[in-house]
Amino acid sequence: MTAETIISARNVVKAFGQGAAAVRALDDVSLDILRGEFFTLLGPSGCGKTTLLRLIAGFEMPTGGQILLDGADITTLPPNRRPVNTVFQSYALFPHLTVAQNVAFGLQMLGKPAAEVKATTARMLALVKLDHLAGRKTAQLSGGQQQRVALARALAPQPKVLLLDEPLSALDLKLRKEMQVELKRLQIETGITFVFVTHDQEEALTMSDRIGVMSNGKLQQVGTAKDIYTRPRNRFVASFIGETNFLTGTAEDDALRIAGGARIPVPGLRAGGAATVTVRPEQLRLGPPAEGGLPATVRDLVYFGTDTHCHLLLEDGTELVARLQSPASGEAGFVTGQKVGLRFAEGAVQKVEE
Amino acid sequence: MSPAELRETRRSARNGWLLSTPALILLFCAAAGPLLIVVIYSFLAPGKYGNVEWQFSTAGWVGILWTKDIFDETWHLADAHLAIFWRSVSLSLLTTLFTFLVGFPTAWFIATRPANHRAFWLFLITIPFWTNLLIRTYAINEVLRKEGLVNTVLIKLHVLSEPLDMLYGPFAIFVGMTYVYLPLMVLPLFASIDRFDMKLLEAGHDLYASRWQLLRRVILPIVKPGIIAGSILVFVPSLGAYVTPRVLGGGKQMMIGNFIELQFGQGRNWPLGAALSMTLLIVVTVALLVYVRYAGRDGDARHG
Repeated sequence: MTAETIISARNVVKAFGQGAAAVRALDDVSLDILRGEFFTLLGPSGCGKTTLLRLIAGFEMPTGGQILLDGADITTLPPNRRPVNTVFQSYALFPHLTVAQNVAFGLQMLGKPAAEVKATTARMLALVKLDHLAGRKTAQLSGGQQQRVALARALAPQPKVLLLDEPLSALDLKLRKEMQVELKRLQIETGITFVFVTHDQEEALTMSDRIGVMSNGKLQQVGTAKDIYTRPRNRFVASFIGETNFLTGTAEDDALRIAGGARIPVPGLRAGGAATVTVRPEQLRLGPPAEGGLPATVRDLVYFGTDTHCHLLLEDGTELVARLQSPASGEAGFVTGQKVGLRFAEGAVQKVEE
Repeated sequence: MSPAELRETRRSARNGWLLSTPALILLFCAAAGPLLIVVIYSFLAPGKYGNVEWQFSTAGWVGILWTKDIFDETWHLADAHLAIFWRSVSLSLLTTLFTFLVGFPTAWFIATRPANHRAFWLFLITIPFWTNLLIRTYAINEVLRKEGLVNTVLIKLHVLSEPLDMLYGPFAIFVGMTYVYLPLMVLPLFASIDRFDMKLLEAGHDLYASRWQLLRRVILPIVKPGIIAGSILVFVPSLGAYVTPRVLGGGKQMMIGNFIELQFGQGRNWPLGAALSMTLLIVVTVALLVYVRYAGRDGDARHG
């Protein structure tokens, strides 16, 4: 598929409140979402991800900037004139209508002929596997079923983009896992662009084609799950997605000099000033001190089943965590207090901005 | 069931009856008893100076719709009675409609205020209840009369040259009843709108509904229980209103309430008054049953 932009946010600013008390929920966000992709906006609560979604849906007007859909400016269009539908966190199903009537609602409002409304509704209910509940009132459904009705209702008018506002957060863990698979299936089957908002990094990593990480109203990094995990741009992204270690020191050519005087190779780093690098716990290798590497002391070992977390103390007092695969015996082969030599897997150490 | 369980069940049933006896006695004396007296009186003959003659007669019931010509003793349809019934029903329906048209935006306004301001607005709505109905009705009289507030202001503003004659007629009764019964419409509407999930407006708007369609297809069906409750609370007392038509209708424009009062007073026809009271009760009950039935048919279980 060619990378064609379907939604484009240009320098979008959204401030709530007036004058000095105004809070910038979105601070100059520019973003391109591609046709047919599963795009996730990921960030902690209050980072502005839901605000951005509401601006795309038309529930809020931006304080500044533009939003384009298929190249057309939709910044000031009301929600009922945007070919975009939303799945709400609370589902917001119509309590006075049956499941089928809920799904048919958008089609009826668009003035589609009755036969088409009926056929599309039936098709959508089959798609989310709820055909047998078409006549029920929504209050009689379980959380997972309500979720499916909300999806079918939003997909029925065949929007150009489907917006999903933390739709899985009200479900229990098992159902959430099922729905993750289900959502991905629906996205592939319908070919509709999904914009998914979540604070759950695992959800983001497993479902998305691309992820936009947000914090404090700013877009921190956009990329594939692998990009963001292996090459985080800054400290926030590195720490928000997965667990990680940070080392600070002075930048030298292709290396970082840390406080204890030790030199850690970082290809691509250029000399000058302070620098921070990050390395994921699973990229740390431990060996006997005699084999070289960064001298460290094992402070604690925590057994997690598949792997063991080894808390290490460097000579300058920096704490690091190494994730070691547990051997068959269950013993990590290290004991607390033991001196070890620490190495990093090739290419695992990444420079990050503060 | 074991014998012990059986004994326990019997004992709790007996205690239940025993405990509800005072309530049952009160219910009989205060509700069923008086009603029974009215039913009995409606089947007796009128006494010469009020009261009743203890002999069976259907004259009271026949008199609701028919009247005997005083000259040739033939029976005619009682036009005056029909006019009173029609006036009562039409004014009550009109009052219900207008209290809804005014009450709905009011209730919506209150329900959409911040939670800590709502109590204040509701308090304002209930303030008129603190004043005697008669005084409130005379206040409306003061507003509508020829030298009253409305006419004075409109003449001062040169909108009118002659004062409007608004008092003592259906219009004045309608204005008075709308004013008096408005809170009874606002409060149940507020309770219903307060429970309305505003997210549904976004959902509907997102699904291509215009504002008008949102009102018709989403808001009104969901707050329907409140509309029904408010309509009943306004329509029923309007139909039997006495003070308002008395003060603002000027005695000529009677409603059923005044008509009934007349039978027990100057009319000296207690059986007719009793039959009229029963008719009013039956009409209201049937109307309510039909209304509740219709409303309950596709009403939402959650709002019941």
